[in-house]
Amino acid sequence: MTAVEDTPSVPLSPAGNPIGFGRMPRKEDVRFLRGQGNYVDDLNLPGMLHGAVLRSPFAHARINSIDTSAAEALPGVKAVITGETLAGLGLAWMPTLSYDTQAVLATDKVRFQGQEVAFVIAESRYIARDALELIDVDYDPLPVVYDAKKALDADAPVIRDDKEGKTDNHIYDWEAGDKDKTEAAFAAADVVVTEDILYPRVHPAPMETCGSVAHMDPVTGKLTLWTTTQAPHAHRTVYALVAGLPEQKIQVISPDIGGGFGNKVPIYPGYVLSIVGSIVTGKPVKWMEDRSENLMSTGFARDYHMKASIASTKDGKILAVKVDVLADHGAFNGTAQPTKYPAGFFHIFTGSYDYPAAYCNVKAVYTNKAPGGVAYACSFRITEAAYVIERIVDCLAAELKMDPAELRLKNLLKPEQFPYTTPTGWEYDSGDYEKTMRVAMEMAGYEELRKEQAEKRARGEYMGIGISFFTEGVGAGPRKHMDILGLGMADGCDLRVHPTGKAQVRLSVQTQGQGHETTFAQIVAHELGIPPEDIEVIHGDTDNTPFGLGTYGSRSTPVSGAAAALVARKVRDKARLIAAAALECAPDDLEWELGRWYVKGDPSRGRTIQEIAMDAHGPLELPDGVEGHLDAQVVYNPPNLTYPYGCYICVVDVDPGTGQVKVRRFIAVDDCGPRINPTIVEGQVHGGLADGVGMALMELIAFDEEGNNLGGSFMDYLLPTSMECPDWELGETVTPSPHHPIGAKGVGESATVGSPAAVVNAVIDAISPFGVRHADMPLTPANVWRAIQGSPVRTDIAVS
Amino acid sequence: MQTPAPVDYAKATSVAHAIELLQQLGDEARPIAGGHSLLPMMKLRLAAPEALVDLNDIPELQGVRIEGDHIVVGAMTKHRDILESAILHEHYPIFREAEHVIADPIVRNRGTIGGSACQADPAADLSAVGSALRGTAVIQGPGGTREVPLREFHDGPYMTVLEPTEVLVALKYPIRPGAGSAYEKVERRHGDWGVATAGVFVVVRDGVVADCGIGNAAVGAEHYCSPGAEDALIGQPATEESFAAAAKVAGEQCNPSADQRGPVDYKRHLTTELTLRALRRAAAASQGA
Repeated sequence: MTAVEDTPSVPLSPAGNPIGFGRMPRKEDVRFLRGQGNYVDDLNLPGMLHGAVLRSPFAHARINSIDTSAAEALPGVKAVITGETLAGLGLAWMPTLSYDTQAVLATDKVRFQGQEVAFVIAESRYIARDALELIDVDYDPLPVVYDAKKALDADAPVIRDDKEGKTDNHIYDWEAGDKDKTEAAFAAADVVVTEDILYPRVHPAPMETCGSVAHMDPVTGKLTLWTTTQAPHAHRTVYALVAGLPEQKIQVISPDIGGGFGNKVPIYPGYVLSIVGSIVTGKPVKWMEDRSENLMSTGFARDYHMKASIASTKDGKILAVKVDVLADHGAFNGTAQPTKYPAGFFHIFTGSYDYPAAYCNVKAVYTNKAPGGVAYACSFRITEAAYVIERIVDCLAAELKMDPAELRLKNLLKPEQFPYTTPTGWEYDSGDYEKTMRVAMEMAGYEELRKEQAEKRARGEYMGIGISFFTEGVGAGPRKHMDILGLGMADGCDLRVHPTGKAQVRLSVQTQGQGHETTFAQIVAHELGIPPEDIEVIHGDTDNTPFGLGTYGSRSTPVSGAAAALVARKVRDKARLIAAAALECAPDDLEWELGRWYVKGDPSRGRTIQEIAMDAHGPLELPDGVEGHLDAQVVYNPPNLTYPYGCYICVVDVDPGTGQVKVRRFIAVDDCGPRINPTIVEGQVHGGLADGVGMALMELIAFDEEGNNLGGSFMDYLLPTSMECPDWELGETVTPSPHHPIGAKGVGESATVGSPAAVVNAVIDAISPFGVRHADMPLTPANVWRAIQGSPVRTDIAVS
Repeated sequence: MQTPAPVDYAKATSVAHAIELLQQLGDEARPIAGGHSLLPMMKLRLAAPEALVDLNDIPELQGVRIEGDHIVVGAMTKHRDILESAILHEHYPIFREAEHVIADPIVRNRGTIGGSACQADPAADLSAVGSALRGTAVIQGPGGTREVPLREFHDGPYMTVLEPTEVLVALKYPIRPGAGSAYEKVERRHGDWGVATAGVFVVVRDGVVADCGIGNAAVGAEHYCSPGAEDALIGQPATEESFAAAAKVAGEQCNPSADQRGPVDYKRHLTTELTLRALRRAAAASQGA
């Protein structure tokens, strides 16, 4: 079992596609590969105007005055909107997805570099941009909170003095687990290891930046918003709440989206400004941010300062883990989380191991940095959780002088323990962890790698082997426990089979490149036997799709995928009644084979789903209670999250003279349950692994003492290229989720969650002979060399 | 999409035409070569020239040739053509080694050696190469042609001795029989500017370093070179100890700044380490190894 095995063969359609699960080219590739996608910025409406945002050069400054007269006088400029204009409309502030408020345009002061200060609407994008330079803002710079660790100092400037009675930069404290039980376990332990572990601020940096085209039709009063959103329905509701617009008059359209990774979950001031601009001018208004605006002002990710401690017996049985987190949320708490969980699902940090006690406390603070906080394929902070547990387990292995693979194998949960309730309250659905780990170790040739490492060390060469075993909880979520701004996280799905047997399936989730148009067609094909090429997936238009919370947190397959399977089964049940009428028999006399109901004991007598579709729309007399047509709708409320997991092994070579790291091999064995389209799954894993290498080695948004963003362009914010990525070696095990209709667990974020720890563990393993036990990401050459010298750099602030 | 400020554009058809255009268009006009530094700066509105004079269609600025005992490289020769030049590779493999680590193929297909020299980015790899080889800049202006040693060409970061109406037309490098050369660079990611770099040539005769040139980019070495390290090495036996001693001087005498690429102590260390590695390889090549 050293390679990905294809799912068992299913019948092929006339076009050669699997009628069900299996490999097939993505349906959307035809247009994408030809450059014929249709993105927000491709849209050009008659009379459309262009907006541009003036942004603050300061991280913290009082605004004394804004003079827009010169900008307004520039030929081609139609309007200039300031915070004052918005305040008059009651729109200067908007709610964030975490029940905080965020300035749409600054009124009193600016609170991070890149904050929105004014909005120009002009005949062209160039004129709008030229006009920005003619706006004169008089600022009084204020002291800056650039270091989260100083945010709660007594003398720290108060960033959110807009909030009545606010006298510090504290946002919340949140805890999970049993503190007393955990402390007792630590007190009784033979070995305790503690480490300060930073997951620095990074950015999703989707290829397409954020933008929107707003058209408020002055005749009908209907607002149409084409926008880069991963959650069109949730956005529609929020716009209704924010702007007081009637929700039935709002249509949100999310056309082709060029990557999201969580960056396109929040609502940004620019979107709201394009709407206001259209209301003010009576014309469609396009706003599209540039690369630096995207990196400097939109949803970042992580920024978790974690102090982790692990307790064990002297022979390596883990007893307890605790983590104290200082969470840097920037100037506004714009993190997107289910309401009950302000730190997301961070408390899944107990990982894949069996021990009785765990506790975490998360203290969140404001700083003079861009807002956001959950993005970049993080599964609601599971990225931070997986990183901290996998890093601290390696620290324990080093302390115990035990092989990190052996330590993990000793502590992994056993198959018979599932469903397993963790010390912080999650109920893991299914897993056979040791099997997955053994597959990864076999693929890697783990024992041989250790031998090679020993030989190389003897020669003064430094290779490292890093392991990460992660468990995610995805597919949020049960609506009783999970909502965003009061919107429960259940997804609708509609399916219509047309008279000719071709189908349309309507989804609430929104693809950003994940291949939904293919995957969801395959799910329906699997249930109904209609070829996937005969099934059109309709999504990204709130007027034409059912309500649902959108695509993030790897929830599309676990939630909407379940809905698609169930709606297809509902259609299949209805088809049975119609087939029975057509065949003049009782429904109970019929049996299903893929794509056809037939009479038990007489397989030659049957009706295909296509024939039934025509029957459903034709003159056939239907039994009482059976309506015509062949369609159905469902709303799927997941009973639990699904828990994909995996074991990753990374091999690196480190040049101690320069600190350079070369990722030589990367083995990734994922268990996401059955794979609907293995090619798409592998693509998702490849992308996530590249993300992980990037975050481990180079991606970073740091800030200097003035609060300047030091990652505001692709010169400064480094994304990995193919040159930094080895040939990924993928494997799989398949452990279906017991509560999901097709057993699928979701995989979109697995590799991003699991891979950074593998890379970092490998680098630390390589330089452990120098006495290094930990160094923070990103492990740039400078940082690795400094770690070898015993003085690793602090990566969240400017290098000095 | 990033939008530059309004700008005029004129295409020059000869060096004389380019000089004429620069005179006509005034001090806020700038020549544009491959555009891979200037255009991004314009898009970010860090630069807003009133006019651009395009040098891309001037045949006399293209190509690599030998003139007497020098290799002459036209200022508008593209990185890719330098990378692939058999002449340069025969005499100075340092060029191909440096070009392999300059940006990426897209940049190398348009970016030029003259554009790089005139941009004068402190981390420009070819500036370290040119200084190491003690090359010469050939400059043409309204008053005629002048030559300036590359070790005097740069006035500091992003500044050169060029007058606003002058055009860099070529770079010349003396051919040194028996020289070995090498380039070393550490960057945070492929295609990034160097954290530190070292480019050297070494001529070893009878086991002794008869001549050498040591260039360093990205570490604040004045004129991208380390004369102190060269002085420490010339006349010394071609041994590891000599190389290490010279490399140490290069690390000590450069003047790096801390930035997101690394702290000062690391950059000094790296300058020493890379200079040492380059010297080893160049000396071995000179000795026919």
